[in-house]
Amino acid sequence: MEWVLIGIMLTAFVTLGSGRLSNCIRAVALQGALLSLLVLLPSHSFSDSHHVFLATISFLIKTIAIPALLAWSLKQAKIKQEVDPTISLHLSLLWGGILLVGAFSGAKVVSLPTAPFPFLIIPVAITIMFVGFFLLVSRTKALTQVIGFLILENGIFLFGITLIGEFPLTVEMGVLLDLLVGVFVMGIMIYHINKTFDHIDTKALTLLKDSE
Amino acid sequence: MILLAASTVLFMSGALGSILFQRAALKKIWALGSVLAGSLLGLIPAFQVLRNKITFAYSFKETLPGLKFQFGCDELSAFFLIPLLGLSAGIALYAFGYLKKEKHLLGSLACFPLLVAAMMGVLVAQDGFSFLIVWEIMSLTSFFLVTTEHGNREVRFSGWIYLVTTHCATLFLLVFFILLFKKTGSFAFQDFTLLSSKSYLTGFLFLAALIGFGTKAGIFPFHIWLPHAHPAAPSYISALMSGIMIKTGIYGILRAVTFLPPLPLWCIESLLVLGILSTVLGVLYALLQHDLKRLLAYHSIENIGIIIIGIGLGLLGRHTHNAAIEFLGFAGALFHILNHTIFKGLLFLGAGNIIQATHERRIDQLGGLLKFMPLTGITFIIASLAICGLPPFNGFISEWLIYMGLFDGVKDLPRGPFSFCIASLVGIAFAGGLAIACFTKVIGVVFLGLPRTKRELPLQEGSWLKRLPMIILAILCFVLGVMPQLVLPFILPTLPVLGLKVPASALNLPIQSLQTFSVTFMILIGIFILIALIYKALLLNKTKRLAPTWDCGLREPSARMQYTASSYAEPLSTFFYFLTGPTVHFQTLKGIFPKTTSFKTHVEDLAERNLWTPFVQKTVEIMSWVRKQQQNQIQNYLAYIFVTLILLLLWEVWVGI
Repeated sequence: MEWVLIGIMLTAFVTLGSGRLSNCIRAVALQGALLSLLVLLPSHSFSDSHHVFLATISFLIKTIAIPALLAWSLKQAKIKQEVDPTISLHLSLLWGGILLVGAFSGAKVVSLPTAPFPFLIIPVAITIMFVGFFLLVSRTKALTQVIGFLILENGIFLFGITLIGEFPLTVEMGVLLDLLVGVFVMGIMIYHINKTFDHIDTKALTLLKDSE
Repeated sequence: MILLAASTVLFMSGALGSILFQRAALKKIWALGSVLAGSLLGLIPAFQVLRNKITFAYSFKETLPGLKFQFGCDELSAFFLIPLLGLSAGIALYAFGYLKKEKHLLGSLACFPLLVAAMMGVLVAQDGFSFLIVWEIMSLTSFFLVTTEHGNREVRFSGWIYLVTTHCATLFLLVFFILLFKKTGSFAFQDFTLLSSKSYLTGFLFLAALIGFGTKAGIFPFHIWLPHAHPAAPSYISALMSGIMIKTGIYGILRAVTFLPPLPLWCIESLLVLGILSTVLGVLYALLQHDLKRLLAYHSIENIGIIIIGIGLGLLGRHTHNAAIEFLGFAGALFHILNHTIFKGLLFLGAGNIIQATHERRIDQLGGLLKFMPLTGITFIIASLAICGLPPFNGFISEWLIYMGLFDGVKDLPRGPFSFCIASLVGIAFAGGLAIACFTKVIGVVFLGLPRTKRELPLQEGSWLKRLPMIILAILCFVLGVMPQLVLPFILPTLPVLGLKVPASALNLPIQSLQTFSVTFMILIGIFILIALIYKALLLNKTKRLAPTWDCGLREPSARMQYTASSYAEPLSTFFYFLTGPTVHFQTLKGIFPKTTSFKTHVEDLAERNLWTPFVQKTVEIMSWVRKQQQNQIQNYLAYIFVTLILLLLWEVWVGI
């Protein structure tokens, strides 16, 4: 299971470091697939309906539906393929490293029961959440915002699955919320920004400031 | 428990039905009928709890880690459930009549059963988390009811004030419950008792609770929403809000007392000071109001002050280990809660009748209503006598209990608490006098004399549905005054929950003399009837002549020359100039043939004028500066959130709260 968790973390770093939007989307899809795999890895999980349900749903949403939608809208919006970061890609990677160190040193203090998953799941979850947030802050295109948001959600999901034994319904509801948020963000943000400003750069929202 | 759950379901379905159906009649039947049925159903378990002393509790399965929704009904909840459900049932009946021709008031009707259900939830919640949820539902539904007539600018303004203040109060409650959760590791009320008794922490928690709950209860200086919201709401809602919703704040304070460690003395003293301030200033501002419902709202503040003094006195007794004072303080406060629900509900229903018949809220425009609306007039007078604390009505008994406790305190307590007892005594006595002045003003101007303005429409009382609850409430005012021992079975089981260890029967207390009250009052009433009969008999064979009362040598006095409410209150207003500071708009007459002029006075609340208005102005200044600093980039805002979250996480991990 550690290898899967490390894979999840690496995909987050791929999104930090890659300059092409399509690569980012692929990385997020891979991350989703790894997450759903992780749910099935503990022993006896195939016999538990909640585990199977959660894995199937999250695979369908995180790996197929949302990446497909993202790729489709990438084609529709006819935007450039570059990420356009406000913080350069190299610096982003460096920041990712710093956040990783912070997460690992902080996670020692958080003592949560993680069974049946290894303890590594906590620092990885924190790292992914940090990276997702960092993407939200440092990228300007609406599409990258959605990707950042998805990675943030994946971090929360990792936290959530440690609870699946006791509170299966709460976790499942959280995943379904992902779907809702995904659809909303896609529909509203990309469509409207594109329509109003002829491109999908959220920098344009600055124009909405009150005139003085 | 099943019955309480069933009545909640009834309230919910009533609200739903009232939203779904379009026809006015169906809307009304669903909402009001459900309130009526649900309240009567819910009264049964409340009585059972108090009578058989069987409390019950139910907790749901753990939905999130460390979080359980717990509901239950102990004696304290049951004691508050009785006035809540009783008054709601009465108001539902009244509303059937009140809403007959008022189509425009139906929009928010669905919130009425929801509000009752939420208040019930507040009373039966047994953990901090579910308490906050139902508390918020209560605030929001009452907000929608206050802003029923939202077409009116003033109503929108009042609603806005209410919304802001109630949310500030919730903020303090949030702090209160989360701190308790951090310290004890659980949200359940029964686990809060494990809190270690550090005096500064207890004091801080109590202050948070006092501000949070006190705002809802209307304690000075957190009362500002009350005089705005009550006149804006439809009258039956004012009756519900003033009669019972503000008592949920008192319930909160009492509930906090049950699980907090023993309070330090300064907390109790500040409670008493706030109680005295509310009592005196509440009644003083009531005296100077021109608006009938605003006046009643200020009287609610006064009565809340009396209840707070009772609670403070009880706590003082506990602090000094004087069981008699403890008993009298808490018993008086609980009794006054019940009484205030009865007579304040009645007063607002009466005010509703007056306003619906005349479409006028200004006291100085009314007059002579007793002839046209005898039932409203008589019940209003009974409620006024009760609220002034005059025998033989119920207000007298509860104030008497508190007085007895205060006198005991003066006699037995050491020097520090002693002076607070003296101050409270003076405060309550003073407020009692002013309350009488205030209600003689209202009754004299509104009900006696002649109508001050010509009215086209014939003045009517309204249907029997409106009259019935008023009659019941008036009878209750009288019965509880003459037979106060009837209330003891409700109060005595409640006191141990509040932490009274010594049973009342072990104390040498004047409860036994409550029976003697019945005898004394009966004799008094007998004498009164006898005198009336003798008077009638003496006049039997004399000729009667009808004539104008007093025309001051004028040939044809008009109704507008009557003594007005403002002139009645003027001497007191001048005397307390430093507190009232009325703004006067008047242009003096000039020249030989002066032009028409007008005279207008307007009294602004001390707390509103000198505390909250400057505070709000400063806040707006700072916030408008902050607003100019915005750069309007999503990334920046996200970065702010990100940094805040990380700092909070680090703080929590390394320091802890």
